[in-house]
Amino acid sequence: MSVSKQPAKTPSSDSKSARQRQKSDLFQQVLRLPIVIWQSLFFIAPLFFLVAMSFFIVRNYRMTEAFEMKNWLKMMSRDYFWDSYGLTIGLATLATLVVMTVAFPAAYTLAFRVSENTRRWAIFLLIIPFFTSYLVRIFSWYVILAESGVINAMLGYIGLGPYIMLNTKFGTIVGYMTLTLPLVIILQTFSLANIDRRLVEAAYNLGCRPWRTIIRVVLPLAKTGFIIAAVFCFILSFGDFVSPYYLGGSKPPTLPILIVDTVKSGQQWPRAAVVAVMMMVTLFIVAFGGIAAAYRRRNA
Amino acid sequence: MKHNSPILKSKLSRRRLLAYGAATALSTPFISRAWAAPVEINMLAWYGHGEPDIVAEFEAANNVKFKPKYYAGGDNMLGLIAQSPPGTYDVILSDGEFVQQLNAAGYIEELNAADYPFDDMLYKDFQQFPGHWKDGKLFSMMVRFGHLGVSYNKNAISAEEAMSYSCFWKPEVKGKVGHFDWHLPSLGMMSLYDGNGAGLWDLNDSQWDKVQKTTLSLRPQVGGFFDYGGTFNSLKNGEMQAMCGIGDWITGVLEKDGAPVGSVVPKEGGIQWTESYCIGKGSEKADIVNKFIQYMLSPEGQVKSAQMAAYPGFAITKSGRAKLIEVDRKEAERTGQVDGMANDPVTLVKEGRIHYRNIPVQQTLEDWNDFWSEYKNA
Repeated sequence: MSVSKQPAKTPSSDSKSARQRQKSDLFQQVLRLPIVIWQSLFFIAPLFFLVAMSFFIVRNYRMTEAFEMKNWLKMMSRDYFWDSYGLTIGLATLATLVVMTVAFPAAYTLAFRVSENTRRWAIFLLIIPFFTSYLVRIFSWYVILAESGVINAMLGYIGLGPYIMLNTKFGTIVGYMTLTLPLVIILQTFSLANIDRRLVEAAYNLGCRPWRTIIRVVLPLAKTGFIIAAVFCFILSFGDFVSPYYLGGSKPPTLPILIVDTVKSGQQWPRAAVVAVMMMVTLFIVAFGGIAAAYRRRNA
Repeated sequence: MKHNSPILKSKLSRRRLLAYGAATALSTPFISRAWAAPVEINMLAWYGHGEPDIVAEFEAANNVKFKPKYYAGGDNMLGLIAQSPPGTYDVILSDGEFVQQLNAAGYIEELNAADYPFDDMLYKDFQQFPGHWKDGKLFSMMVRFGHLGVSYNKNAISAEEAMSYSCFWKPEVKGKVGHFDWHLPSLGMMSLYDGNGAGLWDLNDSQWDKVQKTTLSLRPQVGGFFDYGGTFNSLKNGEMQAMCGIGDWITGVLEKDGAPVGSVVPKEGGIQWTESYCIGKGSEKADIVNKFIQYMLSPEGQVKSAQMAAYPGFAITKSGRAKLIEVDRKEAERTGQVDGMANDPVTLVKEGRIHYRNIPVQQTLEDWNDFWSEYKNA
C-alpha cells in the first residue's frame, strides 16, 4: 500500500482555494438566478395576488381592493361548489386510473419488447399529437363519438347502438385521455427502460411468474416515474376546461367550468379566485403527497 | 480582387451606421404618414360585427380599420368596459337591456337624434326603445333585433309541437335538449312557459320559486350546456334535437346550410334580443363612429346585418327591409320579413307575442346566476 505524498498546505494556497470556492458558489448562484426570478415573477407573485384577490369585492362590475370573507363564505356554502369539487376530483382520479392502466402495456412493450430504434420512433410518434392544438384534437372527437359518428356507424353494422357518447362523462374521460395518455406512456416508458434488467432476469431465473415479476419487481423499481406520471395525469385532468365543456357538455360542470361561469356572469373574479385557490390547494396536496410517496424509502 | 465601385469600396463605420440608423428612425413617421395609415376604431361587440362581411366596405370607403374585441353576454361586456380606461372602445355594440347600465355608469356618449332615420323605423317602439333615451337625450341607437323561442330539429319535433315550450319535456327528446349557456334567455323562456307573459322578468317570490321548479323539472331532459360553437355543432350533428335559449340567430345559419332545423315563437310568447350601437365615452373618433352607425342604419347596412355570416338579424328600417327583399328575397321570406307574412317579426311584436329581453326586476342577476349554477349541477 502506498501513501501518496500530500503537498504541505500554506496560508496562501488556503486563501486561493477559498477564493475559488467562493467564485464557484457565486457561479452556481448566478446559474440558479433565472429560474428563481422566473418563478418569483410568474408563479409566486401571481399566486399571492390570486389569494389576495379572493378577498376583494366587485362593485358595478369592477373589482375593488378589500379584505372581506364574503366570497369565501358564499362559495363554501354553496352545494354546487362542493358538487363540482367532488365531480372534478372523481373524474380526474378515474382518468388517472384508466390512463395509467391503458398506458402500461404500451409502455412495457416499448421498454422491454422492441428495439432501441423502434422505441425512439414510437416516442417521436407519441410526441406528434402535441404539435396540434388540443382544442382541435377535442373537436375531432365529435366526428368519432357523435351519434351518427364513426364508432356508432361501425357498431351499427353488427346491430349495436347507437350509443350516446358525446356530452357524457365518458366523453370527458376520452378528452382527458387525449390530453394525458401520450405523456403518461412516455413517462412510463422512460421509467421502465431505466430498470436494471438483471433484476428482472434474476426474478425469472428464480422461478417468479411473469405477473408476479411485474408486481413485485418491475413496478416497485419504476415506482418513482409511475407516481410522477400519475400525478401529472391527475393535475392535467383536474385543471382541464376543454374536455368537460366540449365533450362532457358541461353536464354537470367541473371546477374549471365553474370558474368560467363565475367570471362570465357578473365578473365575479374574486369568487373565481376562491375556486382557483381551492383547486391549487388540492393540487398541492396531491403533488406533494405523490412526490413524498415516490421518494419514500421502504423501511428496512 | 480590387473593387472600384464606391458602394463596395465604402466601409460602414460605426459613426455612419449610427447616422443611417437615426435617419431611418426619424423618417419613419413621415413614411407612414405618406401612406396615410387607416384610422383604427376599437370596437366592443358580439362576435361577427367586426368581420369583413360587415365592415370591409365601410373600411375601404373611409380609410378606417376596425379592431374588434368580442364578448358573449351583457355582463361580460360591462365587465370589459369597467376594467378598461375611458376611451378604450370607440364603438360599443350593446344588448338593448344593458344600455341603461352603460349610461348609468357613464360609459357612453350622448348621440344626436337628428343624425338617424327615426322616421324610417318599422315600429314605433324601436324609436323609443327602453333605456336608450334619458331625459329626452339619445344614448344608443338600435340597429337590429331577433327573436328567441323554440329551436328544434324538424325530424324530431313537429311544427305543431314546437309551438309550445312543452316540447322540451317530450319523452322522445330526453337527453337531447340543449341549453345555450346563459341564464337570461333560458330562464326567461321558463318564465313564459309558467304563464308570466309580459311580466316574465318581474317575478315575485312565489313566481320566481315556480320558475325555478319548472326549470329543474327540465333538467333530466338536458343533454348539455353550450357556447355558440357547441350549440351550433350539437344542432348540426343531431346530438341535440331541441335547444332552449336561442332562436333563428343560430338555426338560421344552419338552415341556410340545409340542416333540418328551425326556430319558432311558441304560443306562450318569445323573447326579443336587441342590439344597439353606442359611442364609447371619451372616444376621439366619435365622428367616424357616428358615420358608421348611420351606415349600419342605411339600406345597405341593414342588408349586411340581415345577412351577417355569424348570425342573422332582422332589419329595423322600412328601407332596409325593402332593400333586403330586393336583393335577397329568399332570406327575407325565410325570416318572415315580407309584409303580410304570418311570422313577420314586427307583426309578432305588435301582437304582443314578443317580450323584450330584460334583466330580472325583483331579483338580482346574481340570484339568477346562482340558480343557474345550481341547475347545471342538479
